Amino acid sequence: MPQAAEVFKNKQSVILELWMKNQLSDIGLRDDLMSNEDLRVQSEELVDVLVSNLTEANLNDPQSMDFEPVLEILAGISVSRAKQGFSPRETGAFVFSLKEALFEVLQNELQNDVATLYEQTLKISRLVDNFSTVTFETFIRGREEVILRQTDEIAEISTPVIRVWDGILALPIIGTLDSARTQVVMESLLQEIVETSSSIAILDISGVPAVDSLVAQHLIKAVSATRLMGAECIISGIRPEIAQTIVHLGIDLSNIVTKASLASALKFAFNTMRLEVRKKAGVSAEK
Amino acid sequence: MDRIPILKMGHFLLVTIQVDLYDRLAMDLESDLIRMVNKTGAKGVLIDISAVSIVDSFMGRIIGNIASMSKLLDAETVVVGMQPAVAITLVELGLDLPGVHTALNVEKGMDLLKGMIVADDVEELEEDDDTALS
Repeated sequence: MPQAAEVFKNKQSVILELWMKNQLSDIGLRDDLMSNEDLRVQSEELVDVLVSNLTEANLNDPQSMDFEPVLEILAGISVSRAKQGFSPRETGAFVFSLKEALFEVLQNELQNDVATLYEQTLKISRLVDNFSTVTFETFIRGREEVILRQTDEIAEISTPVIRVWDGILALPIIGTLDSARTQVVMESLLQEIVETSSSIAILDISGVPAVDSLVAQHLIKAVSATRLMGAECIISGIRPEIAQTIVHLGIDLSNIVTKASLASALKFAFNTMRLEVRKKAGVSAEK
Repeated sequence: MDRIPILKMGHFLLVTIQVDLYDRLAMDLESDLIRMVNKTGAKGVLIDISAVSIVDSFMGRIIGNIASMSKLLDAETVVVGMQPAVAITLVELGLDLPGVHTALNVEKGMDLLKGMIVADDVEELEEDDDTALS
């Protein structure tokens, strides 16, 4: 009476062939994302580890520690697939098609013993289901990593410090200001002040959707830090509704120079630096 | 026992802190500086902290103290060259150093001091210059 684990050990190459056949015949196969050779290498590795770790005892226990290496490989495959852009369904199909291959082998071996076949099928099913759950968990984790990385990147690129004039920096803030973001904004602003030895910095908040007391506190901190560095900080782009909120919240910004638009802030900056912008006296205006 | 040198430049005192300040050194600096302001009748104190990379609340308070004490002796204090990290730390500690003037570097700090003093007592300085010349 052959046991499932034994059968699989003997039929390892058959399983792999069947599995490959299942995968390649699947209409959802993404040969644009991964070549068939790569797929074969991946599948072979997994079958190899699975079969060598499978025993009659742990077949009954999907949570067994013996499957650690299998889960490890699955997790690796799942994460790399998430990064390559596979959909969850495609990654799931990868594991589920293995189940079909295993069933087929088992069926051929145990044709005469329906009761054992049924019992073994159930066990295998439970085991592979556990594998696919793990695959999904790591798949989601892989996607989350991608999202986190993108969030970081957005935070990095969304705070450009612009040199509008010799000695004048402008920093347009777009999007909600939270503590982490203010930290990035403040650091890049202060760093830029040192590098360009600018004496005036303009914080433009016209792209900030809402200002609550926390955001205001962050702004005040940024302004204080700039002042400590020896530069002056102007806040510009205050929309009427934001002015309303600030006053209603009782936030005191009277120690900070605030301007309605970036243009008036720039004018103020020119004034402070004793610069003058004049229209050229010439013919072009007359024509 | 090391001390931080205090240089006299015309009507101003110049202090450059080149080492990380520990508490004892900072307190010595405070008393030395105030004594110097009193002795020389300086109109301005310029503290260059561009080499200081670490501050704590104590350091922040000492700087604030120096500014307030100098003010009592009729001298303005300018802190120049503060590092971004130091500025952020002080702000996070809630030490905004009110009453302390700041500038990006020594050059701008000197200009600032001169501007303040000129606005205050031009005549007095000119008199001093005249007596120095004659």
